[in-house]
Amino acid sequence: MPWAIRGLRNGVLTTPYPRRPDPYADQFPASLRIRDDATAGDADISTLTALCPTGALRTSDDGRLQLDHGACILCGACVRARPDLITGQLGSETARLSRDALVVPEALQTDQALSALQAELAERVRALRRSVHIRHVDAGSDGAEEWEIQALLGPVYDIHRLGVFFTASPRHADILLVTGTGTHGMAAPLRRTLDGMPRPTVVIAAGTDAISAGLIRPSYATGAGIGALIPVDVWVPGSPPSPFSLLHAILLALGRVPARASTHPQADTSEAGGPR
Amino acid sequence: MNPVTSTSNTRPVRFVDAVPDRFDAEVRRRVDAGARFAGLYATADRGDGGTRLTAVLVEDGALTALDAPLPVAAGSYPSVTALLPAAFWYERELHDLFGLVPVGHPRLDPLVLPLADGAERPCPGSGRSPGRLDPDDLVLPRRVTGSGMFTIPHGPVRSGVFESVEYLVETPGEDVAHIQVRVYAKHRGIEKRFEGMAPAAGILLAERVEGIASVAHALAFAQACETLADAAAPPAAAYIRVLHAELERLANHLDVTTRLCDAAGLAVATSRFAWHKELVLRLVGSLCGSRFGRGVVTPGGAHRIPLIPPAQALADLAAIEHTLLPDARLLMNTSSFLDRLRGTGRLDPDLARAHGALGPVGRASGLADDARRSRPYDAYDRLDLPPARTHDTADVLARTRIRFDEIDAAVSLARQALTMLQTLDPDTTPVCVPVHLADGRALARVEAPQGELLYALELAGGAITRCKPRTASFHNLVLFHETFHTDILTDYPFIEASFGLSIAGVVS
Repeated sequence: MPWAIRGLRNGVLTTPYPRRPDPYADQFPASLRIRDDATAGDADISTLTALCPTGALRTSDDGRLQLDHGACILCGACVRARPDLITGQLGSETARLSRDALVVPEALQTDQALSALQAELAERVRALRRSVHIRHVDAGSDGAEEWEIQALLGPVYDIHRLGVFFTASPRHADILLVTGTGTHGMAAPLRRTLDGMPRPTVVIAAGTDAISAGLIRPSYATGAGIGALIPVDVWVPGSPPSPFSLLHAILLALGRVPARASTHPQADTSEAGGPR
Repeated sequence: MNPVTSTSNTRPVRFVDAVPDRFDAEVRRRVDAGARFAGLYATADRGDGGTRLTAVLVEDGALTALDAPLPVAAGSYPSVTALLPAAFWYERELHDLFGLVPVGHPRLDPLVLPLADGAERPCPGSGRSPGRLDPDDLVLPRRVTGSGMFTIPHGPVRSGVFESVEYLVETPGEDVAHIQVRVYAKHRGIEKRFEGMAPAAGILLAERVEGIASVAHALAFAQACETLADAAAPPAAAYIRVLHAELERLANHLDVTTRLCDAAGLAVATSRFAWHKELVLRLVGSLCGSRFGRGVVTPGGAHRIPLIPPAQALADLAAIEHTLLPDARLLMNTSSFLDRLRGTGRLDPDLARAHGALGPVGRASGLADDARRSRPYDAYDRLDLPPARTHDTADVLARTRIRFDEIDAAVSLARQALTMLQTLDPDTTPVCVPVHLADGRALARVEAPQGELLYALELAGGAITRCKPRTASFHNLVLFHETFHTDILTDYPFIEASFGLSIAGVVS
């Protein structure tokens, strides 16, 4: 009985996201970006690319500075060295529908390709409607990703209010949420879990490790992310991705938030959390 | 072999040579003389192809590294485990990574990387990169003995959101007769990954060895660097480090509490403690931009002062304390909760002592050793740290009480650190000193939320040649199967949660 009263004491703690924007989600520095006003010469670019421990900063084919969010572990070395070129980006809506869309500027992807991806995914998730079950698999994480996923079950994010539940059995699962680098030891269990799920399935690669293995590659014990092991539909970077980014990934998979072509500066916080 | 002795005023480490043939006896002799066995690892020699075995011992609160050089032709050495059971997992790991055979080891099953005899091994320290190595599960033993016994495999994909690990529970139905722990699925080969890295990148990798203890890993790595550079973090950095280390401890203990409440089916308490943990992660995030304190610590100090003024952080901390502490008091008076903890998962104090159990697990079984107290680092000697309490009931309840004591202490230490930071002028106070890293070898020790964390670091030509993190998760997990006496399957989640370990830290 005392617990029941305790439970009422602090009122509603749950975020209004995605119905309304959440200030914490909007103000969280979930990614980096190349500044709009940046004019990086070749020397600047080679300084930055040498500084980046995961190769997330690189030279694009046309000689411009390029940032791969799927490899960035947010260590901030580039921001400290050249705050005039790279800066932190506020906002948690970092999930994308293709690996290429994580690379900025100029994702290779056209709006048309994005629409096609979206339409195909929408077709697959149409039957799920408002009751969705997720199976999580750790394929070699550092343990932090699991904490952030567990947070979704807490009162602040309360994913159940959205009709989304975690399930123990792959037989009941619609979405496979994968963390970790994709170790050789987890390749078979991961594959078996996906094979055990009823069709259609949606796969989310959660975290920079799951996308590219981040700083852990190259290694004799792991591949470069889970994309080589199973087909991935939604990519959410972060080391680890915050609960709001994970929530964004799940809602994006379900077509319940708008998709974006790339992590571009103008895709800013103001449009975060718009209802569909 | 040419061991380099590194000492600084605050962190003396003794490097001692031993003869390989008498290595096992020498380790045992020192343990009999009062030393605590803290780990065993090896380093492949880049030059002559031999391997150096190193046992880490804590003698009178100071670290001793006992080295034994094995020549290139030696594929074996006398097993330490035969004389000292605490080395059981360490020698299995050694065999996996180096192919060395400890002669007389009672059960040399694969642990972190199952490979067939004669297969190529990673050999950390060698400087050579092995090709792709796939775990070979055909070399794993499967044996269940006894009338009516069967095995329930839990994992590696577990029910719920957990790290991948496989527990083979051997049971006649209700009792837990024996547990085999298989951790290799998550092996990422991190020890080899360290090789050749510059220390600036190495500390980022250290933060990802055991992600829920990122700050502790970065601290241990940074301290090893500072020993080699003969540098010390400036006072402001020392307070920033304590602040983040204690907030990390707070978050970890709240995580364990949440899991225990969940196991007991206390829905409201589970939600409440999950909320408290979220508030702590948000405070950490507002202080440094990362909810896990990543990028705070750097060799020589801290990267920058907190992003929010100390006064604001103090207010946030006070708000957390205001809601957390009454919940903690209520939980520890909730009989339906305490009944599930009392007498459950008892870790015999004699066994804990013989093994040198670490952290809250050790303290709940009567072992008080805490690196923050026995060898204060950073600002711990300048802050008021209440003396460590121990319990001798050694059950899940004792471990939970220890964690609540540490929650109180962590809040207090974080507040003290913030109060001290408030007195410093953010514009003129240095938070980092330059470190000029000398080649050599260092051993550092910090108190992670899971318990004592050791980092052995070797540099040559400014790059890492060997980095061995020894986590409390690895050291303590082997004790897990010693805690099921009269406990049954439904006690399992309580005992597992009460250990508070991370599998990523067990098998990196």
